[in-house]
Amino acid sequence: MSAVILYFVASKFKVYEDPKIDQVEEVLPSANCGGCGFPGCRAFAENAVKQAKDEHSLEGFFCPVGGNEVMQKVASIVGLEIKEQAPMIAVVRCNGTGAHSPEKVKFEGVTSCSFAHTLYAGEGGCQYGCLGLGDCVDACEFDAIHINPERGLPEVNDNCTACGACVIACPRDIIELRKKGPRDRRIFVSCVNKEKGAAAKKNCEVACIGCGKCEKVCNFDAITINSFLAYIDFEKCTLCRKCVEVCPTSAIWEVNFKPRKPKTEKPKSADASNKDLEVNLVAQAIEKKAQPGEGEAAKTKEKGSENLKNKSEK
Amino acid sequence: MGVLKTFALGGIHPPENKLSANKYIEVLPLADQMVIPLGQNLGAPSKALVKRGDKVKAGQLIGKGEAFISANLHSPVSGTVAKLDNVVDASGFRRPAIIVNVEGDEWLDDIDTSDELRTSLDFTPEEIIQKVKDAGIVGMGGATFPTHVKLMVPQGKKAEFLIINGVECEPYLTADHRLMLEKGDEIMVGIQLLMKALKVEKAIIGIENNKPDAIAHMTQLAKSYSGISVQALQVKYPQGGEKQLIKALTNREVPSAKLPIEVGCVVQNVGTAFAVYEAVEKNKPLVERVITVTGKAVRKPSNFKVRIGTPIKHLIHAAEGMPENTGKIIGGGPMMGKALFSEEVPVVKGSSGILLMPEDESHRPDEGPCIRCSKCTQVCPMGLEPYLLSRYARIGRFEKVEEERVMDCIECGSCQYTCPANIPLLDYLRLGKNKVGAMIRARNKR
Repeated sequence: MSAVILYFVASKFKVYEDPKIDQVEEVLPSANCGGCGFPGCRAFAENAVKQAKDEHSLEGFFCPVGGNEVMQKVASIVGLEIKEQAPMIAVVRCNGTGAHSPEKVKFEGVTSCSFAHTLYAGEGGCQYGCLGLGDCVDACEFDAIHINPERGLPEVNDNCTACGACVIACPRDIIELRKKGPRDRRIFVSCVNKEKGAAAKKNCEVACIGCGKCEKVCNFDAITINSFLAYIDFEKCTLCRKCVEVCPTSAIWEVNFKPRKPKTEKPKSADASNKDLEVNLVAQAIEKKAQPGEGEAAKTKEKGSENLKNKSEK
Repeated sequence: MGVLKTFALGGIHPPENKLSANKYIEVLPLADQMVIPLGQNLGAPSKALVKRGDKVKAGQLIGKGEAFISANLHSPVSGTVAKLDNVVDASGFRRPAIIVNVEGDEWLDDIDTSDELRTSLDFTPEEIIQKVKDAGIVGMGGATFPTHVKLMVPQGKKAEFLIINGVECEPYLTADHRLMLEKGDEIMVGIQLLMKALKVEKAIIGIENNKPDAIAHMTQLAKSYSGISVQALQVKYPQGGEKQLIKALTNREVPSAKLPIEVGCVVQNVGTAFAVYEAVEKNKPLVERVITVTGKAVRKPSNFKVRIGTPIKHLIHAAEGMPENTGKIIGGGPMMGKALFSEEVPVVKGSSGILLMPEDESHRPDEGPCIRCSKCTQVCPMGLEPYLLSRYARIGRFEKVEEERVMDCIECGSCQYTCPANIPLLDYLRLGKNKVGAMIRARNKR
């Protein structure tokens, strides 16, 4: 008897739900990470289906975990076509390792960046730099970011889905979501120090000093300098690597590029006749004098990218 | 004397180590360069009024407090403004400051720098508050809340008691103790002025019983002033906390998240009373303060009267140098003070002491597991459960942390001091306070 009543009550108060919602939820990765901006995959599915129905677009909807593949499936379910989005990855913009930014004080408190950030500037003295206590590691649901014990800084591996949890967790806004780039190649300024050059350099030898050399050399207006800090717009950047060469403090990083050939850049006039080793060396020495720092900068840069590569291989 | 008064809940009694208690306050020669940070008070930083190359005289206004909770800033010395730049503060962050090269010691003409005692009370409450505001006085106990804001009793509220904090419950520190002994008369006049500004009839000076000479001296002086009484208190940390002191002296309890004015009390430090005396009677703004330089291995633990902006290495030098085994420099007392980032840090309005800790005492012992001994709950002067709060904070359940009244925590550190497992309870409580504070601000914005 009750069953019959319940049957009629249930059919009377039945809430109509678009079957597409279930279908969309099915293709989503069920990570419930919140990277899309909605509280969980179900909410994403509900809102996506609703907007597709009302406005015939899926603008503003992107599942960073599933990426383009999943989004294409979602689009086909709701009967729309969408453009592919470039895959993104989290990038740690700090290189203030122990060697580059020597310890001035010692921190013995709780291992939480957001706590340490309210207490002091950091062991190396840079108030913008990474504290290395791993709030980003705790925030990551995908095992994609870890503190490298040698460098004391977090490094992102290939598991990264660009959900943005670490970006929110970092109290110093060091982590940024950037375009993954063709063949995983990207160039970025690995520093967020907004101090004047001298003050920044005092605490960390690889800090961006806002000299503007990269801004001048860039042919694509991709680099802007704001409060003594360069920023590379990844939409405009063509990965020409000119900025990397000119940076006097090696603050600009290239990742996953082939190691450069050791640069000798013989002057053209000397080039033809120059088979004599001695002459060659002299020419190099002159060049070094003319552009101090350039050679060194390139060297450290290569080391940096090698480091990163090693990490991803591991 | 019978049983001495104290606050009801919790409290600890760490070793007192008042090494400099019988050292007279010394006036130090000026340093060559003064660094005057713009944000020395709680609330909005002052706005700089001078620029590079300007000549300034001691006592001249160089920073204006424009916001409601903000304070004026005066040049502590005469000389030339070398530059306005960001300098490293106590926590290592670079913040704006005015740097003045010292040339001679020339004061503004209308400031009386003599030691002569003046006792005129011929001021209206408004005049007193205005003078306190102009002089840039902030709470000298360390919290640096602008004093003029505290003196403006909100409408509908009435102050009954002025409570003067001469407790100095932090171990090692003796600045207030010495000030009471040496400037007792001036403090009494300052208290009378504060009473007039607040329109109260009664003032109680609370002093802990480990300073019998100060209690005797102040009691003697209080006889010749009407309405001021001195109360000896049991030695217990953190008696100098506003809420604890009110409970100890008046047996009134300030409700959670409310100010002392709710129960008709206003609390001021003895150092503040002295600064008020100087501001009103002598027209002298807050440009110097008494500070203790101490530590077990320090060759000459001392109390110094120094200008605001003096680099602390100047003070350490005057105390005959830094001991070789120094592990850290603490600004303030050992319980609530903060480790300083470098010895270039200047003295600010809220600096009450510099403590040089030996290396073997300055490291934290290894953390053990919580054995549920409930010692932290027993010593918490606010009746919180630090073990529970720290657990919630550790696993990130900040809504529970808020429910368990973390915002009542006064960060006295009694829990961490007493914990047999050396759990960094205070760190977690502070983390909880930060997160909950951010949550509350976000909610209010919505």
